[in-house]
Amino acid sequence: MQPTIPHPMIPQPVFPEAAEQKNYLNEKYGAWSWLMTTDHKRIALLYLLSITFFFFIGGFFALLIRLELLTPAGDLVQADTYNKLFTMHGMVMVFFFLIPSIPAVLGNFLVPMMIGAKDLAFPRINLLSWYLYIIGGALMMHCMLTGGVDTGWTFYTPFSTGFTNTKIVEAGIAIFIAGFSSILTGLNFVVTIHRMRAPGMTWSRLPLFIWAHYATSIIQLLGTPVIAITIVLVAAERALHLGIFDPKLGGDPLLFQHLFWFYSHPAVYIMILPSMGVITEIIACFSRKRIFGYHFVAFSSIAIAVFGFLVWAHHMFVAGISVYSALVFSFLSYAVALPSAIKVFNWTATLYKGSIHYDAPMLYAFGFLGLFTIGGLTGLFLSALGIDVHVTDTYFVVAHFHYIMVGGAVMGYLGGIHFWWPKISGRLYPEGWARLAALIVFIGFNLTFFPQFLLGYMGMPRRYYDYSHMPEFQILNVMSTAGATILGVGYLLPMVYLLWSMRRGKPASENPWNAAGLEWKTASPPPTFNFDEEPVVTWEAYNYDELDAPHKEEVPVAK
Amino acid sequence: MQNEAGADGLTAVHEHHGEAHAAHNPALLHHFAAPEQQRDAASLGMWVFLATEIMFFGGLFCAYLVYRRWYFPSFAAASKSMDAGLGATNTAVLICSSLTVVLAVWAAQTARRTLLIGSLILTMIFGLAFLGIKGKEYRDKFEEHHVPGVSFSFENVPVPGHPGEYANPRHAQIFFALYFVMTGIHALHMIVGLGIFAWLLTMSWKGRFSPQWHTPIEIGGLYWHFVDIIWIYLFPLLYLIDRHA
Repeated sequence: MQPTIPHPMIPQPVFPEAAEQKNYLNEKYGAWSWLMTTDHKRIALLYLLSITFFFFIGGFFALLIRLELLTPAGDLVQADTYNKLFTMHGMVMVFFFLIPSIPAVLGNFLVPMMIGAKDLAFPRINLLSWYLYIIGGALMMHCMLTGGVDTGWTFYTPFSTGFTNTKIVEAGIAIFIAGFSSILTGLNFVVTIHRMRAPGMTWSRLPLFIWAHYATSIIQLLGTPVIAITIVLVAAERALHLGIFDPKLGGDPLLFQHLFWFYSHPAVYIMILPSMGVITEIIACFSRKRIFGYHFVAFSSIAIAVFGFLVWAHHMFVAGISVYSALVFSFLSYAVALPSAIKVFNWTATLYKGSIHYDAPMLYAFGFLGLFTIGGLTGLFLSALGIDVHVTDTYFVVAHFHYIMVGGAVMGYLGGIHFWWPKISGRLYPEGWARLAALIVFIGFNLTFFPQFLLGYMGMPRRYYDYSHMPEFQILNVMSTAGATILGVGYLLPMVYLLWSMRRGKPASENPWNAAGLEWKTASPPPTFNFDEEPVVTWEAYNYDELDAPHKEEVPVAK
Repeated sequence: MQNEAGADGLTAVHEHHGEAHAAHNPALLHHFAAPEQQRDAASLGMWVFLATEIMFFGGLFCAYLVYRRWYFPSFAAASKSMDAGLGATNTAVLICSSLTVVLAVWAAQTARRTLLIGSLILTMIFGLAFLGIKGKEYRDKFEEHHVPGVSFSFENVPVPGHPGEYANPRHAQIFFALYFVMTGIHALHMIVGLGIFAWLLTMSWKGRFSPQWHTPIEIGGLYWHFVDIIWIYLFPLLYLIDRHA
């Protein structure tokens, strides 16, 4: 079956000579020219391929989990296998898909272009970060194929250090190495944004995508090293019996949880902040308006990064922390809602009286708005001590964080891939199929995860493979599994038509969306050094009023 | 760290931008507009990396503070079993090495080749001396059965300043676990530093650095100073708990 629906809205300028023009894709050929490249755009594509691979590995585990829960009895896999399935699903999706997803693919591709630079500040470190990711990923694959881990992705001690006999150390090393890949990406972005901006590209002219990536990089830089040392301590404890987290030897397992969540809570913002940056670009473009409250949206990204470091113990309300610190962390968790709400309100205000176009990226943006809002508001339920105690370790929590990580981060990622696909590939994707896929993803997502809110609230615990003592949960679980199947179709579709469009899609013009931003002022696909001559920025960000009325100054002004 | 890709970057510069601004500085990479921008970027990059290093050691310092507060008497007793003389010697050795690093940067800025090479060699000698002394301390601890694990033994060690009280061996074992992890990771950083300085020495020997371009020496020096500073904190925290008592 070949998708053949033409793009309905956009005029299709076809340049016969465009195919012959030198760009970053046809500058050099051969596997070696890709494996040794220092071009940020090629590295972005390497990342795109590798994280897509891990996305489908993680998705495969998710599918098995959902199949097991289709019936109340534990009849598809053994209990131990089930433990490994949800553990490896979590580890692969968090560390090898979500954390690198937008920063390493779209960020790598776009950060230098959006600020008018030829490349990131440290191109070879950028390549090194991809190799670290691949080494970590290969180790993780080896770990999975030779037995996997069954602790849950959180590695809680003393189970992980003293009791389980699965491959904790190997998985730990894999995540440690992938963590350095993430640190190097963040380091590159911070230095690039500080030092490589084109003349005239001031901080308040930066696209909000850049602000979001700057905030993300801060978290990657200051959070990731803490989980790195925590993993070192877990591995040392397991291998050398040090006893730092072992209560038998006087150690404190709660200290592990503090150190783990000090990174792993902000890690959620590593996933969602770049997505917010993508959504900001899409909403401005398809509303044809300057973003409402530019500075508020910019600084709310920084505020989320800062507050994000101060809320980690809300994962530990029932773990035995004192009531006083639980109160403080509950309060601070509410505080994160402020900058998040500022963003949602500003996006909505941007839509207000905008000239809205319902292209596929915008459909993903709408999906993001709704799902992120639900995910965020249920996060407030969980910040409240009383409700949190009630629903801790139930499917309510699972539904909540999937609304943020999948409904938020993955919707933004897919929206961004579609929005910048003409720039990345030089081809237009088939718009009809893309809208259909966006719709399928939205329906499938809600059908998968909304029943889980209900399940959790009714008391179904997470991480149980057998709920035969409560068969009344089956109907909601069947809905969830059906939704997951639809969601899977929604994720496979873009793979098919995007690959198809790389060869058969209509050639894209320089700026098919008539969007603001420097990345649209160079060829699609761009030349190796992004711009034929260094751009000089003389306009404000999101100048859609000027773009839509390019000859405004020629119109005589009525006196 | 910026230099060598210059070789492949440069051909691209010639193709794409003409010879005009590539000709006068062979170390300038194609994607930077000016040498100052390249140098600023490299130096900011190292500072940012050091911030991540602070967080990396920060997790350890956090664990140390928690257990020191809980198990202070045993920590004091365990700390007293350390060889403060060797620790102090190592502190002095590292402070001297920081001085030779500063001299190396100055020598590179002012094109003093002999001083540059001499300072780099001296820095490496100090670094190796530090590791040698550290190795001797580790051996002593091994012989005293102070290495955490099955053969660990810390029985009947008095708590300083509290006659008749003895350290809890389990708590002391946590002190030694932290001691070995913290100083071990620090020593690993020293070894990486020695690798960097061996490379800087080779480059200096070949005469690659000039007053116009010596960024690797500067940022390599930043790294070395950082590793020194970590030790400046480790020494009192691990060797000098309640010594006066």
